[in-house]
Amino acid sequence: MEEQLILLKQRALHDLAESQSLDELNELRIKFLGKKGELTQILKGLTLLSPDERPAIGKLANEIKEEIEREFSRKNFDIKQQLKTKKMEEEWIDVTIPSKVVIGHKHPLTLILDEIREIFVGLGYEVAEGPEIELDYYNFEALNTPKDHPARDIQDTFYITDEILLRTQTSPVQIRTMEKRKPPLKIIAPGRVYRSDAVDATHSPMFHQVEGLTIGEHITMGDLKGTLEAFAREMFGKDRKARFRPHYFPFTEPSAEMDISCIACQGEGCRICKFTGWLEILGCGMVHPNVLENVGYDPEKVNGFAFGLGIERIAMLKYGINDMRLFYENNLRFLEQF
Amino acid sequence: MLVSLKWLKDYVNIDDEISSFTERMTMSGSNVEGIERLGKDIDKIVIGRIEKIERHPDADKLLIVQVDIGDRLIQVVTAAANIKEKDLVPVAMDGAVIHGGKQISTVKFKGVNSSGMLCSAAELGFDDHGLPEDMKKGIMILPQDAPVGKNIKEFLELEDTVIDFEITPNRPDCLSIIGIARETAATYRIDLNMPEIILKEEADENARDMAKITIEAPDLCKRYVARIIKDVRIEPSPLWMQRRLQACGIRSINNIVDITNYVMLELGQPLHAFDYDKLEGHSIIVRRGRDSEGIVTLDGVYRLLSDDMLVIADENKPVGIAGIMGGEESEINSSTKCILLESANFVGPCIRRTSRKLGLRSEAAMRFEKGLDPELCKTAADRACQLIEKLGAGKVAKGYIDVYPERVNPRKIVLKPDKINHALGTEIPKDEMVDILERLGIRIEKDAGCSFAIIPTFRADIAREADLVEEVGRIYGYDRLPSTLPKGDATRGKIETPIRVSCTIKQILADLGYSEVYTYSFVSPRVFDRMNVPADSPLRRAIALMNPLSEEQSIMRTTLIPNMLDVVAYNLNQKIEEIRLYETGTVYIPKELPLRELPCEKKKLTIGLCGKQADFYELKKTIETLFAVLKIRLYEFAQYRHFAFHPGRCALVLMDGEEIGIAGEIHPDVMENYDINSRVYICELDMDILLKKASTDIKFTDLPRYPASSRDLAIVVEERLPAGNIIRTITDIGNDLVEKVELFDIYTGDQIKKGFKSLAFSLTYRAKDRTLTDEEINQVNNRIREKVAKEFNGVLRE
Ligand SMILES: [Zn+2]
Repeated sequence: MEEQLILLKQRALHDLAESQSLDELNELRIKFLGKKGELTQILKGLTLLSPDERPAIGKLANEIKEEIEREFSRKNFDIKQQLKTKKMEEEWIDVTIPSKVVIGHKHPLTLILDEIREIFVGLGYEVAEGPEIELDYYNFEALNTPKDHPARDIQDTFYITDEILLRTQTSPVQIRTMEKRKPPLKIIAPGRVYRSDAVDATHSPMFHQVEGLTIGEHITMGDLKGTLEAFAREMFGKDRKARFRPHYFPFTEPSAEMDISCIACQGEGCRICKFTGWLEILGCGMVHPNVLENVGYDPEKVNGFAFGLGIERIAMLKYGINDMRLFYENNLRFLEQF
Repeated sequence: MLVSLKWLKDYVNIDDEISSFTERMTMSGSNVEGIERLGKDIDKIVIGRIEKIERHPDADKLLIVQVDIGDRLIQVVTAAANIKEKDLVPVAMDGAVIHGGKQISTVKFKGVNSSGMLCSAAELGFDDHGLPEDMKKGIMILPQDAPVGKNIKEFLELEDTVIDFEITPNRPDCLSIIGIARETAATYRIDLNMPEIILKEEADENARDMAKITIEAPDLCKRYVARIIKDVRIEPSPLWMQRRLQACGIRSINNIVDITNYVMLELGQPLHAFDYDKLEGHSIIVRRGRDSEGIVTLDGVYRLLSDDMLVIADENKPVGIAGIMGGEESEINSSTKCILLESANFVGPCIRRTSRKLGLRSEAAMRFEKGLDPELCKTAADRACQLIEKLGAGKVAKGYIDVYPERVNPRKIVLKPDKINHALGTEIPKDEMVDILERLGIRIEKDAGCSFAIIPTFRADIAREADLVEEVGRIYGYDRLPSTLPKGDATRGKIETPIRVSCTIKQILADLGYSEVYTYSFVSPRVFDRMNVPADSPLRRAIALMNPLSEEQSIMRTTLIPNMLDVVAYNLNQKIEEIRLYETGTVYIPKELPLRELPCEKKKLTIGLCGKQADFYELKKTIETLFAVLKIRLYEFAQYRHFAFHPGRCALVLMDGEEIGIAGEIHPDVMENYDINSRVYICELDMDILLKKASTDIKFTDLPRYPASSRDLAIVVEERLPAGNIIRTITDIGNDLVEKVELFDIYTGDQIKKGFKSLAFSLTYRAKDRTLTDEEINQVNNRIREKVAKEFNGVLRE
């Protein structure tokens, strides 16, 4: 019987070594170790042995069984590994095939506006809005620009009725906000504005502005300078120089325009800056006392500054866009660059 | 305003580099828009005297001329017909450069040597408009006192720098050389030298006896000064005057007209010269125009007048449109013997309106519009007479007529240096402020311990303290102001929820492959026809502009769909096939037309989709993704018909039962109107509602604690039955127990009767508070099955 067992072990280990698949392995397990398998058959002979012999043979049988089972599980593991490896090899893919990236793009004007908004929110400003179809009163009269004021010539206006027009600037939002609220105020008001200019590379009958307004006690022109210089640095980089040139707006006094050193030539002078080294960026000034009075503020107690900048102009400078028409043509090959 | 630097130097002694001068002027408030250097390229042209003229032996039209150029005689061949011996002419020598850069050298004309060229005015860059006719066609003949051998550039002041200043509308005083000179004096802190005006008044008569002036419209004319000049000799003005006018952009006409223009440029006061003998009754009446009255203006155009215009009339008829242009009939010409010189002040708004109404702009109107100083009238009249005497153009009558109903007095403003410093954030000493103001012509007076700034009448723009702040600030230098940040009450920067949500929407759409477009707010009225809008649709009630640039941009949009179709069509034409776009824009909905109050401005979100794989469901998925991110759950897509959309592929989008927009495939007719051959899917949603419904609150609900179990439901229904209806019924009956309904299969084909479809749903049952028993579930499930079968005429499948 001992011999039988050893023979069984030898055959089993041999067959196991030869086996190639999990199915084969299974069959062998049933053949050798199954309920009706060869080992069971041999062990049936135990009853024929004397009680003295049984423990030794029983022990041997157990050892052999364990050994075969160990071998089974090892082989099982090996075959599974082989199969996995084979499968993975079959699953080879060409990683060099380019993928199809489909992403959309925010409009460049949105990107610039987002950036401007972020800068001013960081400086303590809130966002305000106002209507694009506006009363003459808000667009002009309340902004110290009565009818027949020569400054109305500069802004050719689209009218709907004698008293209703398409706003030519975002400044009416200043008035609407001040009428509703008490100082201190720090707002920016982005939006569409309209002027009857024929379309060309630098003009459009519709464009976008951001208006800014700061009202408080003891605001100085130095504060206006400091605030807008901070904006220029954030928007155009730390090394950007800014200068303030006296100018005229009916609703600010003193008034100025802010130039930044030319982005293209760093101030050396080029075609973009018309060889001045400077680029005009925005208009600004201290809010005119007449404007403060128009909204019921006392100019002896509160004052402030206001500014307005063109989003298209900034986008053109920042991205190097040379034609304003591109913003409204909406060619996907243009939009996809942002 | 074009300013000749040579002319400017008559009044201020500046000796600075041009680049530095323009920089400093710009920084003190006179923005330089351009610089032109005149006569820079002209070289080696001198004054010569013609000593001898002979015919060319072999050419009929050519002359051989011997010219004395000071140190020698040279021979020149010319074709000019207007020269004679002893004439003084400009001679370009061998190696000379004429206007435009052309170089002159010695050449042979049919065998005869020509070592130079006689020049015409044009070849010197000198406008010949004011020269005699023969000089326009031929050589420029110089006056007899021209020094032979001298460089022509110096003699004619050909070399000059012309600076173009941008003059803001509040500074009409700077529309003059003197005005710019005053700014220069203040900027450089140097003296301003005003021209000294002394008159001889050689005529015997007194102006007051010769004419009568009446202002009938004192609201439109503040002052009228007239002088009379007798024995007038009309001739070309001297070359130096022509040259200065040319440099400043004004063409020379004759001595009298040139003098009026010269004084206008110098002092900023427009003048007009009438032919005295053509004024009926020798009177001037300043009055409103009368209906059916007309006048032929200097430019030869007949213009109809009206009672909102101001005219200059004699006893019987208008002789000029006040401040804009004189009449042709009373225009001075070579036979004029006596002139009445007008130096008047007309009120700006009236001139502005008239000029616009007539479409007639002039240098005079451009100045009057902005409001001039009435005090200037007399000075300007005298200055013109002084020049007339200087040029010997006539004899000035004694005295002048001055109708000045209400004298303008200088304004007084209290000067508080502390407050000025406060506003600027500076510590400028009072003395420096006073110096700045005085150089600008603002005197400082002390009275009862108070300082007053006495504002000259030519600075009507200075009305209150803030204006003084600007004057001090700009001359002190904005670049010298400190850079600070506002102190005091802190405000908190914030972005309101709607803006944040709107940013989120843009970000999601970008992530989903959509690019953002910006389109014009105004459109063509024809978009409604292109879009199949019925005649009675409220969409057609659009706000129209009174003065559009073109019909294409004449009404305010009431929908963004046509704009989107335009952009899609444009991109298809650019051979771009995969198009995914969106716009968040405003539409303008009037409450009534014509507008009496401001309209509603509504924000819309429009998405446009076109491409190989595109279909309605991609659009729907985009919208539903958007809703999901915005945590909007209660919405519905309902089958719908809309004129602009494919009748079988259009949905109404509802939120909580409220219509928020429309989505679908564009109607083939509309596509034809836009010349689009591929299918386009568009939705337009109400952005305001979207922003309002977007939920920013997050409320956690417990994770399910009890198990779920599912049941399938398969039903054959009519092909056109919306699956959404069945889902709604299931949800209604399932109430709290049906957690989820999923449509997992739609089948039409062999096993299903034609015109029908099989829909398979998977229903997930779960209760929040207990484990549902099979019995419970089956009970509800059976109710659902029965109800669905009955309601939709369906046949349940096992
Ligand atoms: Zn540059």
